[in-house]
Amino acid sequence: MSGAAVARTPSLWRQFRRSARAIFGAVVALTFVLGALLAPWVAPHDPFTLGSFNLMDSELPPAFMPGGDARFLLGTDSQGRDVLSAILYGMRVSLTVGFAAVLLSAAFGTVVGLVAGFRRGWVDALLMRVADVILSFPTILIALLVAGIARGFIPMEARADAALWVLIFAIAINEWVQYARTVRGQTMVESDLDYVKAARITGVREGRILTRHILPNVLGPVLVIATINLALAVLAEATLSFLGVGMPPTQPSLGTLIRIGNENLFSGIWWVVVFPAAALVLLVLSVNLVGDWLRDALNPRLG
Amino acid sequence: MPSIPASAEPRLRVRGLDVAFHPKDGVPVFAVQGVDLDVAAGEVLAVVGESGAGKSSIGHAFMDLVDPPGRVRADIMALDGEPLRYGSGGHVRGRDVSVIFQDPLTSLNPLFTVEQQLVHMVRHHLRLDRRAARERAVEMLDEVGIPDPTRRVKQYPHQFSGGMRQRVVIALALACRPRVVIADEPTSALDVSVQAQILDLIRKLGHEQRMATLLITHDMGAVAQIADRVAVMRGGRIVETGAVAEVLRRPKAPYSRALIAAVPPTDHRIDRFRVPDVAVHASSGDLDAWLRAGGAEAGGDDALVRLEGVTKRFALSPGLFGRGGRILTAVDDVSLTIGRGEILGLVGESGSGKSTLAQIVAGLHRPSTGAVAFAGRTFDATTSASALRAYRSGLQMVFQDPYSSLNRRLSVRAIVGEPIRTLGLADGPSAEARIVAALLERVGLPADALHRHPHAFSGGQRQRIAIARALAARPRFLLCDEPTSALDVSIQAQILNLLKDLRDDLGLTMLFITHDLAVVRQMCDRIGVMRGGRLVELAPSEQLFRAPAQPYTRELLSLLPDLAGLDAAQPTG
Repeated sequence: MSGAAVARTPSLWRQFRRSARAIFGAVVALTFVLGALLAPWVAPHDPFTLGSFNLMDSELPPAFMPGGDARFLLGTDSQGRDVLSAILYGMRVSLTVGFAAVLLSAAFGTVVGLVAGFRRGWVDALLMRVADVILSFPTILIALLVAGIARGFIPMEARADAALWVLIFAIAINEWVQYARTVRGQTMVESDLDYVKAARITGVREGRILTRHILPNVLGPVLVIATINLALAVLAEATLSFLGVGMPPTQPSLGTLIRIGNENLFSGIWWVVVFPAAALVLLVLSVNLVGDWLRDALNPRLG
Repeated sequence: MPSIPASAEPRLRVRGLDVAFHPKDGVPVFAVQGVDLDVAAGEVLAVVGESGAGKSSIGHAFMDLVDPPGRVRADIMALDGEPLRYGSGGHVRGRDVSVIFQDPLTSLNPLFTVEQQLVHMVRHHLRLDRRAARERAVEMLDEVGIPDPTRRVKQYPHQFSGGMRQRVVIALALACRPRVVIADEPTSALDVSVQAQILDLIRKLGHEQRMATLLITHDMGAVAQIADRVAVMRGGRIVETGAVAEVLRRPKAPYSRALIAAVPPTDHRIDRFRVPDVAVHASSGDLDAWLRAGGAEAGGDDALVRLEGVTKRFALSPGLFGRGGRILTAVDDVSLTIGRGEILGLVGESGSGKSTLAQIVAGLHRPSTGAVAFAGRTFDATTSASALRAYRSGLQMVFQDPYSSLNRRLSVRAIVGEPIRTLGLADGPSAEARIVAALLERVGLPADALHRHPHAFSGGQRQRIAIARALAARPRFLLCDEPTSALDVSIQAQILNLLKDLRDDLGLTMLFITHDLAVVRQMCDRIGVMRGGRLVELAPSEQLFRAPAQPYTRELLSLLPDLAGLDAAQPTG
């Protein structure tokens, strides 16, 4: 009822350009993602072909240190493998697990949340109790459990290939809960609004009401959670691989690299562990910066 | 008229007030431009106008509440002859100039008791000690007419009813004896039955405490009831100022004439609502033929809708096993019939069950007992989901809030097209598009509305979109739940005329729910009065207004603000 013009929220892009944090995060994250995607072309060496590296080059320090070799920017490990190339390929594995786990958990959690929030009653009670049970376990414990059980089922020779899928599943089984809870709440709010009633009176089928009317209105928070969870998933993958239940040394992820490097830490070749660890920290930090900014920009109410 | 010494310096004097919003690029937008106002001590000046007229911005300017990029500029803005200036050494917001906001629910802090809020206010501004402040708090509640103030002062805002809460807000606003009080739509969130009391209270306290009161409202009834003078605003400028009786009875400016004419009369029936800007809707023959195509039906009896003993109970605070909780009977044993082509009105205060009843008829809530029959199909507690779908076909609803009733993610084309597609009423997308375009034209929307989203439209336009969507389902029965209460008077007139035309042209049957008695008299053939879930009276409109049978109906009717009998309604004092 006022004559004052209501301030329209500026477009997402304009908000983005004004946030130094977000720009920094996005640039770093994008660099990592590109590096990982293009690893076969940008990596100076191939860390998987055993014949391509020479024991003569082993344990070389980074190029900028005395005794370093210009061919190996971040040094080499005990087998003469280029650390930079290993990081780029490791990032590829880490990000694959991260993105896939996020996609899987977001899709599953959103569906569960939509159904629980729209149907309510016993369907809601059942789904949310399952969610509560999962929340009451520490993330890493469930992931270890899943990885352990999977090991029991999958034959030895297939394990290395299946490791990626087991990891994705182990992480996704924890993270869908967050999406489900948020989407359920939003769905309850939206389904009480008059436009949903109007659609129901007209006889629009439930599935269509959910996908066409409610889903687009609850996707904002999902996007925010997905971004923040990408960082969490990458960390969870690293933790599991570090503990030895994740990616095998033949397909090292960042976590595997840190574990292997950790074994060599006391022999003085610190670069083998410090650089992969730094890459992991930077990746998680930059994704979190983007996620935090997105949360503030899209939905200031979200915790 | 209470006499105001013309020579004395008015309490509030404003000359050449501008409130402008300066966007980074482009020309500034003036919300208020060149406004001159004087308000004397003890006087109530009403500022009226439609939304967007800039009336609230005036209030914000006095309170220094205009946020950047908005800027306030005035040649003179003086309180008792001194320039109005906030900050150190200047005036104090809340002490010298105070404000009563529209919604009592959001203007009180739910986490503190009324006493804590009053004491904080009084101690902060009047520098009283704690005990004196407590006494003042009780005194204030007593002054605003809250019974048993010593006990109620310890309660939280949620423990008060809407009207009582607004009294608390007034107590809070007046606790420090301000010299100017700005009442910004102080009653539009309240029930009719408490509106009158609140307005009287504002008037009485303003008089007693010699405050200058600025009443910002779009409700002409409120103006007639308590204002001494009135300023009519349009597009940021004042088009006319004068004594209330003068302006309401013999408005000089064409715009004030149109605005006052748009207020539905309460004392007689008119054929059409008068509309400030006359919009002509060409009724297209093709579209009307399409709309009627669904209506061909076998004769049957005269009643299209029949309610028999409809009751709805809700469980409040269910016990541990869903038993033993309190039960709220929202609708209690209602039976009525609605004839073909009839407009039946339902009136009652909020909480009387009229909206719940509409939602039951719409098939959104199941009745606990009883049944609704619509066009030969019945709906009761046991109706299956597929039978319910069949029951709903042919009925549509227009909701109160045009903001939540349209999906903000869809284009107008998609919103209006959905019923056509869902019900298979057009052969293919191009036929559908033609019908949607014709519907939009029928409800008076520009042709370029098709591909825009709801946020690009005003409240009145959104309500037109909602009506177009309802028509797209080719209904025979339209449920209207307070379709105009969120809209300005002039827009209300347009929407009501549109609904009336639709009834006349298409023979639509309607259930029309409102708390606005003036509207219901103009719209409806028969009127039902609801109270506490029960239908207390049902009679033809004219009979109900001329000779109400029930005491409650008489009570409701007596609350109607009367523009015509202005002399009788003249405030005393």
